[in-house]
Amino acid sequence: YDWRRNVMKAELGLLITRSASSAAHQKVCVVGGGPAGFYTAQHLLKACQDVQVDIYERLPVPFGLVRFGVAPDHPEVKNVISTFTQTAHHARCCYYGNVNVGTDVSVEELREAYHAVVLSYGAEGNRSMGVPGEDLEGVYPAKDFVGWYNGLPSNRELNPGLDCETAVILGQGNVALDVARILLSPIDELKKTDITQRSLDALAQSQVRRVLIVGRRGPLQIAGTIKELREMVNLPDTKPEMVASEFEGMAEALKVIPRPRKRLTELMLKTAVDPPAEKERQRRQAASRSWGLRFLRSPLEVLAGPDGARVAGIRLAVNRLEGTGDGSVAVPTGEVETMDCGLVITSIGYKSLPIDPAVPFDPRKAIVPNSLGRVQQAAGLYCSGWLKTGPVGVIATTMNNSFDTAHSVVEDLTSGCLDATSAKPGSTGIGPLLDKRGVKPVSFSDWEKINQEERRRGAAQGKPREKLLDVEEMLKTART
Amino acid sequence: MGLPPSSSPTGLRRAASQSSSDNKVTVHFVNRDGEKITAKGSPGDSLLDLVINEDLDFDGFGACEGTLACSTCHLVFSEEVYEKLGPVTDEEMDMLDLAYGLTDTSRLGCQVCLTRALEGMEARVPESVADIRQTQDITMGMTMK
Repeated sequence: YDWRRNVMKAELGLLITRSASSAAHQKVCVVGGGPAGFYTAQHLLKACQDVQVDIYERLPVPFGLVRFGVAPDHPEVKNVISTFTQTAHHARCCYYGNVNVGTDVSVEELREAYHAVVLSYGAEGNRSMGVPGEDLEGVYPAKDFVGWYNGLPSNRELNPGLDCETAVILGQGNVALDVARILLSPIDELKKTDITQRSLDALAQSQVRRVLIVGRRGPLQIAGTIKELREMVNLPDTKPEMVASEFEGMAEALKVIPRPRKRLTELMLKTAVDPPAEKERQRRQAASRSWGLRFLRSPLEVLAGPDGARVAGIRLAVNRLEGTGDGSVAVPTGEVETMDCGLVITSIGYKSLPIDPAVPFDPRKAIVPNSLGRVQQAAGLYCSGWLKTGPVGVIATTMNNSFDTAHSVVEDLTSGCLDATSAKPGSTGIGPLLDKRGVKPVSFSDWEKINQEERRRGAAQGKPREKLLDVEEMLKTART
Repeated sequence: MGLPPSSSPTGLRRAASQSSSDNKVTVHFVNRDGEKITAKGSPGDSLLDLVINEDLDFDGFGACEGTLACSTCHLVFSEEVYEKLGPVTDEEMDMLDLAYGLTDTSRLGCQVCLTRALEGMEARVPESVADIRQTQDITMGMTMK
């Protein structure tokens, strides 16, 4: 074993890598290291042999909602990480974690250093209900609850109160179904996942036994999909608690709808209305927990208990539907109802926030106004992912959306409208700025040290990983 | 691997050279540009395995690596071929339901395994977006999984 040869090979490899990247004349910067950012980079690198793509991410760790949004018991969905890792290892790609665009460096400065800047920083805010009592203890946006069990540093101290029997979730999309499932899953199932130990311990002590998932409209309008609904139907030690009358007329409607909606509705109907087979009847009888869907209800006010500080119930408007199908609208009937509960989780949508005043932002739609990913009135500025379309869609949706933006960037790079022939410094322009400001980027191989440490800690507990919850700890591990 | 009925010495040699191609199943993929790409796989391989092993360049294909957690390996077949592909599980159907451009003869490539009966089959890679311009109201306005 000639170690000298290996050292030489490694150095030569590094030289080649460096010269490949410094030889790439077209410099593109991606802001946000989640699926949108990585898929945009992947497509750019494939389509242009002369482009260098730098990905800037606020946290030390990459992967965005794949790490912090996808439920712990859906590990296969996270397989996309291997593609992202390949992209990060590409000779003409460079990852810079721990860089906050907007405070550590401005979008203007990035636009000066790069031929094109793609904003892919997603949706870190929440849509609020806008009703009284929303700020009471025991009311949490779903994004924060999900962030809490997924180890998002800023949700580390959420400490949701789980010492009540009934939880009400507003919203009936897949996030709402994920939250319901995590609240009611047997601990023995959760403890094999990458859910944080802290939240696992809290859930093990949880007294929540009943979860109601409430939507403004009817069964035909639920935004969740069949896989997630089936997981609830099949959840061990739980039984469905539906109101059969809420499903009147569904069987008729089934005849004329497309297969995906039809199968989903059939599953709901079967669960809500059909008398169960004997085995299922016994299973339900023995179950200690329950979950149900409730329809045609909109929040009017979150009600406090006797202490005036903590939620004890929620007042809801009863709706009727005007119109049919996806376009139908919920209209209040004037009737009102109250549900008792000790935990309210609002799952009515994430929301993008403006990070830099120099970037056009549409506050009504909460997106960066764009056409095919090209930011309006800002040559060389693009957006991809949820920032571009709003916070809707699964990873594959974001993938296509990002490929689409990358396509626009490539078109502009090659058509000449971006002045891609004049040299731009790229990261050699930004590096000194960050240095001066005391910002130390985390490289992808630094992330790999964090990754290894998380996996090491997880292995000790029979989990795929134990996530580091604290940015300081991530940085310390990165620097070892 | 069965030898042909006439196993004379010549027959044996013929069998030997045939068996290496007998062991493979030819699949013709039609990509999103309408190009035909032919590849060979072994019986038991899934169509996703074939795409990966032969390094076929379909953008974004097989994102979840064959674990029924996405719909990006969506393929469309003729009625005749579809009938030969075998039964679809609820699990596959649940993910297939999310695929853009779903048809009655659609399957997920990671769940379709090659058999000799499928020799020469055609599989079309459908468009993954509406008119390459992403719209928000695809299928049912899904939220993040």
